[in-house]
Amino acid sequence: MKIIVSNSSPDPIYEQITRQIKAQIINGELREANPLPSIRKLAQDLQISVITTKRAYEELEKEGFIDTVEGKGSFVAMQNKELLREKKMKLVEDKMTEAVEQAKFLGISFAELREMLTLLYKEKD
Amino acid sequence: MSNAIEIQGLRKEYHGFTLEDVSFRVPQGYIMGLIGPNGAGKTTVIKLIMNLIRRQAGEIKVFGLDNLRYEPEVKARIGFVYDTPRYPEDLRLKEIAAAIAPFYEGWDRSRFTALMEEFELPFKATFKKLSHGMRMKFSLAVALSHNADLILMDEPTAGLDPNFRFELIEKLRSIIQNEKKSVLFSSHITTDLERIADYITFIHRGRIVFSAAKDELLETWGVVKSAGDGIRPADIPGFRGYRRTDYNLEALTSDIATARRNLGPAAVYDKATLEDIMFFISKGTGHD
Repeated sequence: MKIIVSNSSPDPIYEQITRQIKAQIINGELREANPLPSIRKLAQDLQISVITTKRAYEELEKEGFIDTVEGKGSFVAMQNKELLREKKMKLVEDKMTEAVEQAKFLGISFAELREMLTLLYKEKD
Repeated sequence: MSNAIEIQGLRKEYHGFTLEDVSFRVPQGYIMGLIGPNGAGKTTVIKLIMNLIRRQAGEIKVFGLDNLRYEPEVKARIGFVYDTPRYPEDLRLKEIAAAIAPFYEGWDRSRFTALMEEFELPFKATFKKLSHGMRMKFSLAVALSHNADLILMDEPTAGLDPNFRFELIEKLRSIIQNEKKSVLFSSHITTDLERIADYITFIHRGRIVFSAAKDELLETWGVVKSAGDGIRPADIPGFRGYRRTDYNLEALTSDIATARRNLGPAAVYDKATLEDIMFFISKGTGHD
């Protein structure tokens, strides 16, 4: 598992953790039934509060990414293929929502935004 | 969640200083930081927990037990570090340890030896030969050697170099790997607590300003900065203190999200550090 925590990021630390663990589950770096470090161990290693790691794991559990078994620890949950694809779409959707909001705020039209997206998508091909 | 410490309605009056209506809890398994400017009452609270001074009102429970009625039981389970450790000056560290050990049922000699080595403390040196930093380390080694369930420290990092402060923080983290252990740690060096604490209690002029989860504080509090005099402090939601110069206004708020929503582009919004919080609150109710 790879995690970087930035104190200067505007995002709360628990969110930075959940985002990175989710990404690693979605792209297959973390596989089903892989064990995760304990809440206290992760807090110690990342030098953050136990409350933060606890909250991160709770979020991951709520969204079905991990399972926590009392006394045994936390594991990557069984991932339904279809659900996984949906989650991937959701990730992109979130980013796009952000872009749309920003565009509206800055007065960029739908046509301009679409053009931008087309260009960017082709550029990366 | 059970509590390592529960303090309710504590009162202590000295000439010129009153600790009043102090209540907070230290949940078991977590690190609580007690912050506040010098003279705010941090040491008084810790001395009252240890029953080194007499309280005038209120109640303190440690591990659910009244700290006066069950004083020996309670103290046996606390590892205590003073801001200025005091031991007989002419005794060697080895002799001091031998004298202390019988008082603790849980004294762990091999752990003590390991800590002495880790902190590079010479067994044969007399206490008076030690520097302040080494005295602190020795006191810490003793506190950590009897399997205490609660580590209570009064300004342990004051006067220590950054390396050892870092080491100390690591030690405390490894202690709470065991979720039965708890730490209460007073400091005016907020960066240490920002790094390590799970909860923060802020005490100012003998009263509790807040006691809350550190993450929650750092996520919801913030500093509003605005140029000129377009914004009045009273207009800022959650306003808790400010500083004004000829060029701008900087104000602390306990609700940065609402402040941002209401004031919009008229200001910029920064996260608040514990230092900001301590500074603005001390100032806001003080010199203005």
